[in-house]
Amino acid sequence: MPLAVFLVVAAVAVASALGLVLKRNPIHGALFLIVNLGSIAVMYLTLHAQFLAWAQVIIYAGAIMVLFVFAIMVLIPGKEETGPDSLRPVRLIAIPFGALLLVELVLMLVSRRAAPVAAVPAPGGVEAIGRLLFTDYLFPFELTSVLLLAAMIGVLALAKSRKAG
Amino acid sequence: MLPGSYYTGLSAVLFVIGVTGVLVRRNPLVIFMSIELMLNAANLALVGFGAQFGTADGQVLVFFGMTVAAAEVAVGLAIIMAIFRLRRRLSVDDLSAMRW
Repeated sequence: MPLAVFLVVAAVAVASALGLVLKRNPIHGALFLIVNLGSIAVMYLTLHAQFLAWAQVIIYAGAIMVLFVFAIMVLIPGKEETGPDSLRPVRLIAIPFGALLLVELVLMLVSRRAAPVAAVPAPGGVEAIGRLLFTDYLFPFELTSVLLLAAMIGVLALAKSRKAG
Repeated sequence: MLPGSYYTGLSAVLFVIGVTGVLVRRNPLVIFMSIELMLNAANLALVGFGAQFGTADGQVLVFFGMTVAAAEVAVGLAIIMAIFRLRRRLSVDDLSAMRW
């Protein structure tokens, strides 16, 4: 049963990722990406990482994708990729090289000695994550607040109209 | 529970699709979304490895990764908007100078 769930969700994830890359319209791409993020949240659930699954839905599929869709709507793109592409031959080289990278990664995974699955599944609830965050990872946790503040100030500086400034 | 290599294999496939998207597409917004796809693939690999070793440390790393991704998206989209206001075009091929 877990294998069937994994295979179905993995198929959805790969198909939506391909949709993001292959579809011309960026709005379709954004919707495919939301499906992909949702299926990764299901993957987190099957790995017993409940907290991350909900954080994934709320932060990624919610907040970040709203920002993306908003930006797509504001910028009205769609004309960029219909015109003649002078770099097309160069760009198509990316596909064989991507396949090569995939082969490399899979070879690396196969050649690794398979680690035994841990007998006790990793705790993934809010309590376990919070305990780790506020003990072992307290300093990085505090640093993220600086990062978020810097990002906020940077966005404000970028968004400010240059005439007013 | 399934062996962790299933999850790392899926994450490898998603990562490669993201890399190809970054290289093939011309619209900076789609390139940005492909980068998000790659970030997510890395996150999935982290959680998969964490499950293999039976610790929650991988999940804490993913939590930090999400924070960084949120900050990155906000700043990146602001930069794309600023470029669009300046040039009225949105193709990565036109942008060869990092000039304000």
